[in-house]
Amino acid sequence: MAESPLEQFKIERIAEFHIGGYDASFTNSSLLMVIAVVAITAFLVLGSAKSALVPGRWQSMAELAYEFIANMVHENAGTAGMKYFPWVFTIFMFVLFGNVLGMIPYSFTFTSHIVVTFALAAMVFITVTLVALFRHGLHFFSFFFPHGAPVAMAPLIVPIEILSYLSRPISLSIRLFANMMAGHTMLFVFGTFTVALGVFGIAPFAVNVALILFEFLVAVLQAYVFTILTCLYLKDAIELH
Amino acid sequence: MPNSDKPDPLEGLAARIAEAKGRRRTRSEEGGNRDESTGRFMSMAMRIGVELVAALVVAMGAGWLLDRWLGTRPWLMIVFFFLGSAAGIMNVYRAVNGLGLAAGYKRPDEEGRE
Repeated sequence: MAESPLEQFKIERIAEFHIGGYDASFTNSSLLMVIAVVAITAFLVLGSAKSALVPGRWQSMAELAYEFIANMVHENAGTAGMKYFPWVFTIFMFVLFGNVLGMIPYSFTFTSHIVVTFALAAMVFITVTLVALFRHGLHFFSFFFPHGAPVAMAPLIVPIEILSYLSRPISLSIRLFANMMAGHTMLFVFGTFTVALGVFGIAPFAVNVALILFEFLVAVLQAYVFTILTCLYLKDAIELH
Repeated sequence: MPNSDKPDPLEGLAARIAEAKGRRRTRSEEGGNRDESTGRFMSMAMRIGVELVAALVVAMGAGWLLDRWLGTRPWLMIVFFFLGSAAGIMNVYRAVNGLGLAAGYKRPDEEGRE
């Protein structure tokens, strides 16, 4: 049992590797990522293996996940955005499984590390920017100056717009990481209270029961938020008003 | 298992698909169903706070780096603090207005999607 509430986020090397002077060890975080990828693959491949006309439970869940994201992309990014559906679906499943696998006791939540969420957010940001650049060329830079605003306002508006644009990967990554980390820390703290208070531990225990349920909600909701924001950014890149 | 006396499961499938698609279209034209709105508001609430802070973080970081590079400490950081606050408020304003997080405004006829 860990002593500090933050010790559950500790990265531990399972197998050490050093590539070109960089520490590229296989850690507990990497292990959970591999488990997530394997679980997602198994979930979807086994779910669609039978491809029955009337789906069973398993196939139903796989189809539900697929349709949920397909609808989300279609509603938020339009028909042109459906080209990027596999990418968005991959992001959603990876974040969702990362969050939910972290809810298993003694497991590890890799989405509670800002390195991981920032890497994901940076990938979203760079991809979306490249999509916009390839679709619109230099016209992309009109993005930073609203149509119809007086030219005299440009020195003020352009820096603000650029900052607003650059804040996207930061807000995307902080939101996911902070939510996961705060939730798991709270669970631990109330768990410690339960142990320390003996008979009266029933009160923090009750709080923990509610918190666990709330954490499951947050795990799914944060995956949803991450994905829907990806869709919205994609829409901006495609439409570029 | 005798197949002949069972009704064909594919019978009228195309018609049913078309009907379901039509139903979905009218529903999305009505402006979304109520079941989804709670989730929408929850996700919206989760977004707003971070949106405000993130722009400020980026701005202060940019100001600090530029100051270090140009040796103008602390002036650019102060300027970027105000720019970042404006950007953060604009992020929130746009998110709440349902304009997405677009840099760049939309014409009024495209508004009110969410």
